[in-house]
Amino acid sequence: MPIAIGLEGSANKLGVGVIHHAAYPHSSHRSRQDSPLSSSPPPPLKASDGDASLTWPPVRILANLRHTYVSPPGSGFLPKDTAAHHRRWVVRLVKQAMKQADVRIEDIDCVCFTKGPGMGAPLGAVAIAARMLSLLWNKPLVGVNHCVGHIEMGRSITGAENPVVLYVSGGNTQIIAYSAQRYRIFGEALDIAVGNCLDRFARVLNISNDPAPGYNIEQMAKKGNILVELPYAVKGMDVSFSGILARIEELAHRLESSAQGQSEPWKDEDTGEVITREDLCFTLQETVFAMLVEITERAMAHVGAKQVLIVGGVGCNMRLQEMMGMMAAERGGSVYATDERFCIDNGIMIAHAGLLAWGMGFKTGLDESGCTQRFRTDEVWINWRD
Amino acid sequence: MPRALSITTHNASLGEAPLTPEWHSRTVASETAAHKMSFTAVPTASNSYQLNDSNEVQPLHSLPPPFTTTSSPGQTSSTKLIRQGAEALLYYTHFLSPSLPCALKYRPPKSYRHPILDKRLTRARILAEARVLVRCKREGVSVPAVLGAGWEEGWIAIEWVNGSTVRDAIFGRKTWRQENQASYEGGEKDLVGLMHKIGCAVGKLHQVGVIHGDLTTSNLMLRPTVSGAEGGEEPSATSAATPFDGTITLIDFGLAAQSSQEEDRAVDLYVLERAFGSTHPEVEHLFPEVLKAYGESYKGAKVVLRKLEDVRMRGRKKSMIG
Repeated sequence: MPIAIGLEGSANKLGVGVIHHAAYPHSSHRSRQDSPLSSSPPPPLKASDGDASLTWPPVRILANLRHTYVSPPGSGFLPKDTAAHHRRWVVRLVKQAMKQADVRIEDIDCVCFTKGPGMGAPLGAVAIAARMLSLLWNKPLVGVNHCVGHIEMGRSITGAENPVVLYVSGGNTQIIAYSAQRYRIFGEALDIAVGNCLDRFARVLNISNDPAPGYNIEQMAKKGNILVELPYAVKGMDVSFSGILARIEELAHRLESSAQGQSEPWKDEDTGEVITREDLCFTLQETVFAMLVEITERAMAHVGAKQVLIVGGVGCNMRLQEMMGMMAAERGGSVYATDERFCIDNGIMIAHAGLLAWGMGFKTGLDESGCTQRFRTDEVWINWRD
Repeated sequence: MPRALSITTHNASLGEAPLTPEWHSRTVASETAAHKMSFTAVPTASNSYQLNDSNEVQPLHSLPPPFTTTSSPGQTSSTKLIRQGAEALLYYTHFLSPSLPCALKYRPPKSYRHPILDKRLTRARILAEARVLVRCKREGVSVPAVLGAGWEEGWIAIEWVNGSTVRDAIFGRKTWRQENQASYEGGEKDLVGLMHKIGCAVGKLHQVGVIHGDLTTSNLMLRPTVSGAEGGEEPSATSAATPFDGTITLIDFGLAAQSSQEEDRAVDLYVLERAFGSTHPEVEHLFPEVLKAYGESYKGAKVVLRKLEDVRMRGRKKSMIG
């Protein structure tokens, strides 16, 4: 009955989670003839309860805490400030998580931490905390790939058995499918990540970073309805966002200057309506999400998959989930997504993926517990899957 | 020549729209005007199409006129849904006369996409595909011919290509070897030969200034070489048969573009390399053979291979930066 604590801090969120796996693999339980998923209709879009997992092994979430470093509007989070935030909060969060989980130190089997990818300074700050816990408690360390954490948690929560995974966040945009013990990357952003594109657009319009710039864009987009023309950059299963960002930034500046009365109000050519900040949010979302859905559809067609799992911070955007749902429905497939507790970076996913690896005998020695900014999803040997 | 005129009109309107940053839209190429869209649409009611024979895809879309599932009374329908591709439905049907089999690629409206964006993309892609195919055909690249297109309705009719995809051929290699043990001579010679052919085919494509945009093993066909046919390439009677006989024919130019830039060519190769890595990890180690053949296939190829190294670095090393 292993229990793990997971520490995540690859970007501006510090997460600590405690997870419990009901039984341990190796055993023969792995074939689930009585799985309710094999024949019944797909489960609802959202997992309503995080405490029950639908795939092997059954997991119980004992604690899942997060503290986010929010930078002022118009700015992004800088590595050094973010690392300082993580250092300031990590002990408090670990204490609180242990208390909430109601487990003793001796119940913990391993200390999992994010090895990468991510921003160097915040990663390092959290890795130090993990090493400290490991030495203090005399527990093995398990270094986890952040992306694999997202995927495994998403699968566990939603019960998607073998989905095409769209992993979209501030730092990563990848379309992934499992094959022969690896999560293989079929397509990805060739330059900046989609979340980064959204975040940086938010900065130009001084949209608040609290709770997240993407969330605020989503709310504003609901009030927009004019689609301004933007570049559309899909290449095979890859996408590019830098050109779109450059263009939308240009449009945002134009809008700001017309709002300040420095130029004529900017009107839509067809309808004559004045274009607003909300319209730009709407336009950006519609365009970049259409690209994401398109590459996902291409990957589904390519590997012949029917399930899509959306993970990563951008994955909790309801409009993206809705668009993905329409696409999947037309292909006779289904979409699996989680809410912000599991979509946005969290400690529990690190604990979960770490515990899966630990169960297969994996440990990270203290001398190799360094972290790395670059750590490809397909570098990890996924030996806990068939 | 009213038909040619109507094409030019559409091209012009496409040219006006500031679509340039978009990979799928292309410059107005004069050769499209030379290519006669030899087709007049007869406005018949399109019947909603449902796949009768069981399984898989059940499209909710009806085909645009004049393609319907029902032909004239007494005849049985010959329109069959082959595949639901990434964004188009591929039908096997006939065009103009029942003796002319064709692949009909229909891009139904995507409900998830904003209608304006959807229309813009569909039109640009149909036109780009037609232009590129015509250009390839004229320059002697092995591609299917364009028979007709309707860019507002979202369809393009293309010559039917017999044979199997490279993807299926590689997957079927094991079975083929078991069945044809006697004629097979060891090692990976057959695969190396296949890689060589692929490299040459892609090289030829790039040489004429076309970028495929979606090079995967599903988009490479092995078209059986008809011996004695006019213009047929290497009758290869001497070499032992392999599961990979035939001429490499490139299909699905839905993401193609006209470009002679090294960067675009290198990215094209990178997409293919990644497709091999993800779809056929077991033969990935032979991919250098593709590049070797490519490097020798035309004059500027070596530079592209050097550029490919930059693209690889960029594609593989970015995460959480910038």
